[in-house]
Amino acid sequence: MAVDPAIIGTELPSTTMTVDEGRLRFFSTVIGHEISADLAVPPTFLFSIELENPNPFAWLANAGVDMRFVLHGEQSFTYHSLAHAGDVLTAKPRIADTYSKGGGALEFIVKETAVSRADGSSVADLSTVIIVRSPAQ
Amino acid sequence: MTTTVAIEAGTELPPLRIKPISRTTLALFAAASGDHNPVHIDLDVARSAGLDDVFAHGMLSMAYLGRLLTDWVSQERIRSYRVRFVSITPVHGEPTCTGRVVSVEDGLATLELAVTLADGTVTLTGDATVAIN
Repeated sequence: MAVDPAIIGTELPSTTMTVDEGRLRFFSTVIGHEISADLAVPPTFLFSIELENPNPFAWLANAGVDMRFVLHGEQSFTYHSLAHAGDVLTAKPRIADTYSKGGGALEFIVKETAVSRADGSSVADLSTVIIVRSPAQ
Repeated sequence: MTTTVAIEAGTELPPLRIKPISRTTLALFAAASGDHNPVHIDLDVARSAGLDDVFAHGMLSMAYLGRLLTDWVSQERIRSYRVRFVSITPVHGEPTCTGRVVSVEDGLATLELAVTLADGTVTLTGDATVAIN
């Protein structure tokens, strides 16, 4: 089903997370990352902040998307400052764009997320391209 | 960690070979990353979506590829990092992460990155910019 372009510009609920040392060590162990002595947040962990929302995919369901047919198309991080365990980080996502290809066989949704500290200092800007494939494909 | 090797266009990063991705790794990564989409951990759900099996989170491969960078330079030097997920990584896939400096300009090195499976399938392509002084 086509994603309604009206969702462009929608601000999604922001999520605030205190970066927990144990969680960082768990994440690092699973991916084989050697955690630094100052407990820096690994480069891709910032993607996980908004997933701490109790129902992080609700906005997709609300847009009529079946999660079983969702693929992650692209992901980017632009870093402004290094985050560490103990930091309180807030992720603020918004829907930046949606478009389709292949006569609607593939729908694309672009989500942009700003990650910052409580004092307003910027940690990183994330961009996510989500692909929704048609069940018939 | 600081880089002592010369960084110039053409410099290849040491490849990072990952052992085959197990179902256990997918379950643990779901928990550690907070991405609980069942299509990565529940065979019944994957089959109901017409797939033969679960498949790895794209962000797991991006995390492995990120290690190629953090093994090479101290993390605060990484200015940007982005990828396209071009193929699904199946269970038992054996990713190898590679990177090469393509240009050095104004104190920033631009790298081309890729993740390739043992059968030659490219699963991720991407790039990163890294401050070098």
